[in-house]
Amino acid sequence: MEALMSLIVGVLTAGGVYLLLRARTFSVVLGLTLLTYAVNLFLFASGRLTIGAPPILDPEVSRYTDPLPQALVLTAIVISFAMTAFVIMLALRARAELGNDHVDGRASVRDSRESET
Amino acid sequence: MNLSFVVLLPFFGAVLTGWASHFGRMKSAWTAGAVTLLAVLCLAPFAPTPFAGETVLWRLDWMPAVGLDLAFRLDGLGLLFASMILGIGLLVILYARYYLPERDGLGRFYAYLLFFMGSMLGIVLSENVILMLIFWELTSLSSFLLISYSYRKPESRRGARMALAVTGMGGLALLGGLLLLGEMAGSYDLSVILTQGEAVRADPLYTPMLVLILLGAFTKSAQFPFHFWLPHAMAAPTPVSAYLHSATMVKAGIFLLARLFPVLSGTPEWSWLVIGAGLATLLIGAGVALFKHDLKGLLAYSTVSHLGLITLLFGLGTPLAAVAGVFHIFNHATFKASLFMAAGIIDHECGTRDMRRINGLWRFMPYTATLAMVAAASMAGVPLFNGFLSKEMFFAETADFSTGFEYGWLLPSLVVASGVMAVAYSLRFIHDVFFNGEPVDLPRTPHEPPFWMKAPAAILVAICLLVGILPALTVDPILRMTVASVLQAPPPEFDLAIWHGFGLPVVMSLVALVGGLSIYAARRPLFRLAARMEGRIDARAMYEWLLAELMLFSGWITRRLDNGSLQRLVLVLLLTVLVFGVLGFVGSGSPLTGTRAILPIDGVSLTMTAGLILVTLVTVALHRRRFTALVVVGALGLLVALIFVKFSAPDLALTQLSVEIVTIVLLLLALYFLPQRGPDESSAARRWRDGVVAGLAGLGAGVLTWTILTRPLESISDYFIANSLPGGGGSNVVNVILVDFRGFDTLGEITVLALAGLGIHAMLYGLRLPGLTHDADGRPWNWDTHPAIMAALARLLLPLALLVSIFIFLRGHNEPGGGFIAGLITAVALIMQYLTNGVAWTHRRLSSNMLPLIGAGLLIATLTGLGSLVFGYPFLTSSFTHVHWPIVGDFELATAMLFDLGVYLVVVGATLLILIHLGLMHRATHPGADGSHANQEPA
Repeated sequence: MEALMSLIVGVLTAGGVYLLLRARTFSVVLGLTLLTYAVNLFLFASGRLTIGAPPILDPEVSRYTDPLPQALVLTAIVISFAMTAFVIMLALRARAELGNDHVDGRASVRDSRESET
Repeated sequence: MNLSFVVLLPFFGAVLTGWASHFGRMKSAWTAGAVTLLAVLCLAPFAPTPFAGETVLWRLDWMPAVGLDLAFRLDGLGLLFASMILGIGLLVILYARYYLPERDGLGRFYAYLLFFMGSMLGIVLSENVILMLIFWELTSLSSFLLISYSYRKPESRRGARMALAVTGMGGLALLGGLLLLGEMAGSYDLSVILTQGEAVRADPLYTPMLVLILLGAFTKSAQFPFHFWLPHAMAAPTPVSAYLHSATMVKAGIFLLARLFPVLSGTPEWSWLVIGAGLATLLIGAGVALFKHDLKGLLAYSTVSHLGLITLLFGLGTPLAAVAGVFHIFNHATFKASLFMAAGIIDHECGTRDMRRINGLWRFMPYTATLAMVAAASMAGVPLFNGFLSKEMFFAETADFSTGFEYGWLLPSLVVASGVMAVAYSLRFIHDVFFNGEPVDLPRTPHEPPFWMKAPAAILVAICLLVGILPALTVDPILRMTVASVLQAPPPEFDLAIWHGFGLPVVMSLVALVGGLSIYAARRPLFRLAARMEGRIDARAMYEWLLAELMLFSGWITRRLDNGSLQRLVLVLLLTVLVFGVLGFVGSGSPLTGTRAILPIDGVSLTMTAGLILVTLVTVALHRRRFTALVVVGALGLLVALIFVKFSAPDLALTQLSVEIVTIVLLLLALYFLPQRGPDESSAARRWRDGVVAGLAGLGAGVLTWTILTRPLESISDYFIANSLPGGGGSNVVNVILVDFRGFDTLGEITVLALAGLGIHAMLYGLRLPGLTHDADGRPWNWDTHPAIMAALARLLLPLALLVSIFIFLRGHNEPGGGFIAGLITAVALIMQYLTNGVAWTHRRLSSNMLPLIGAGLLIATLTGLGSLVFGYPFLTSSFTHVHWPIVGDFELATAMLFDLGVYLVVVGATLLILIHLGLMHRATHPGADGSHANQEPA
């Protein structure tokens, strides 16, 4: 199971990084989303994988998974939503101000051809 | 009342004075004076203790574990400096009221001045050396503000910047030095450090520590080669020059030398560095001063020279030299401050400070002239004035020190040479200004200034005379008290008499006086020589060259790394991470796989993993077809939620699920305003390169996860599990951690959320983007109204969804749920209404102004935390009780729930704020999207 988790984190990271290196804002936002999944899963997994032992106290149960990474990741999920929202709004604003959605705000050949037509 | 009042009063006074200036400039001056007097009154009751040879200590524990305390001390040295700071401060406040022009409101000036006064008092009264450093930096800042007081003049700005750069650099070095010193002595408290002299001097890091501390002291006290900033600081108003740049702030470095004298002195390194810097400064300052035609320039270089003199005395390292050093600190403060005041009066009355034009002022202002002449005589070291006494001690000490060295005679001869120059420039100050013919083309006709403008200078001159004529009756006890605290030992035997009998020091004084007279007599050819030499050797030019080179260098680095391309910067960042990651892996040498038992793989998990990887690859492959990619990413989020379900994290699964919905809706809304397809613009080589980098990053992350997952875990969570129920009153440990154990973190996180919402609110303000009229394949956008069945269903579902969110909220403390999740569910339920019923319909029923909601949430969370303070518990301590409700049964009420309510409100508010405003933009750009205008093609 640990191997599968490592594989998932690795693939999500790779996908996120590849998209992060694209030249258009929307792809970068998608990349950040993938990277967020990877980071959250990684942080969550740092409490080690446990099956069937949620951290809900019960007098009859004595085995619980580590609740601390869960608490950290819970807020991380919400904060990363806020971050995604912020970045995508930034992208919209950049589009409005600069007239294109390139990450550096400079129009490529293709964009300028589009605006001519 | 305690010692901290003395230091803190001026800071509060600064604010008060600035405010008082609204009611007139005199009010501001009176407030500043009153605050200073009050500080004197606060200090007075403590004054007898240092005279009795004891130290007053006051301490407030702050971070005792790392040796940081708000601790003040008052001993002899501190008392001498504090009296000088407050006394001369009071005189300068009086003087400045007449010096500054009528149109100046004075509020800003006095506020800065008091700010400086507090900072300087902080330096001399700090017990903790780190605290002292903070005040040290504050004096640099206040000096910057005061030099640039006339900020419209370029030379003021340049002088201020230079002073800040030089003293700021010194402050940084000093920080390093003091940290080293604190580690060597085992404490940051001066009381301890002062007893650890032997251990510190024997430490292998003694030399670097000494160099760092001396860098701090030398930059502050304008020692060669850092002396150049002080003459440029003369762009400040003259009261500031009198106060900061002659009497007090520039003595801070010397204060430090005196303060750490018993710890640092007595080694060859100390002697060489301190004597060397002091001697060079003494000679250069004295040599340049004579040739300055600007009155303040002359005084500035003379100040540099006298600071060098005092530094040299401390460098000698003998107890008697320390006596002379302390004595000269006092004398220099009195005569130089009064000279600056006189220079200010002359400038004020004549409209110029150029000594080639101001001549023969004796006729116009005999009183001021008398005052200035007495002070200048003291500066030259003429008998019966206080400067003579300390200067003769200085001559005696250098002569004493150099016996027994080869070429030892060099030191006294150079010192006498500097004395000759000092006599010459003092003479010039007297003769050139007050005699020497008629004034040349003055902008104003000079006359005596108002009485109260002369009074401060007169008081200082009176002190010069009293000390000079009756040293044993006046200054002797002060000197003994101060020296005892400098040496941390009983003071050596010394005799403050005007006449010690005929000896070497008297000869040296005579040579200086006669030599000075003859140099001044032969000044004209010397001035011509100086005019030809002018600009050849200029420390300022060096400084500016260095600064320009530094700028060029940092510009070069920036340009090399950042060519304006985000892609390139991200690549650099990633490669750096990769390189360090690989180095870490290779360097550690520990095995990849740990010893922890591994969970078996089951078929479902394997299928899920395969699905997840497939979905990720599809997302990457289709990322240019944006709509499709987005839908696929949504599926990915759901799979991640399933992972949380599998590995015992129900709260995370719920959160992920609701966040996923909100995120996808958000991205869909945003995509409406962006191109639907990304252009195919990356070259194949670039895609390969990025693919390799991404692959390596993924490999790294995967391997890292594997190494962590296979190692056993020592968690601190047992504490949370054990205390969740008895301490926090909840059985959902994750929720109790969020709202109770780590409530402060959560408060910070919802604040971040609120700030992100606000930022987005600001960013969307006035944003106009053209929406779509056709989809990516060229088909026209469908303006049909919202599907009727779905709209009706969503309206029906709303109360149900809200009920669910309340349920989730209430049970959150004991079962999976809580404020974060409930907030997201509420937000989703409301967003559903926008999606299915249209923006206009919902907008009529629900305010789009979410800011009050966010504010209320933050307020509730903070007040809950503060509530526990009222009951005497630390911030955010929770309490809970069980009540019995009919029908519902036993029910728990916890203050943590109130906190969770704050979280809930912020989450709802921020989420809706983000989505609603984006939705409203649709309506603004596309009237056709509004339900009322259905079936209309947009124009």
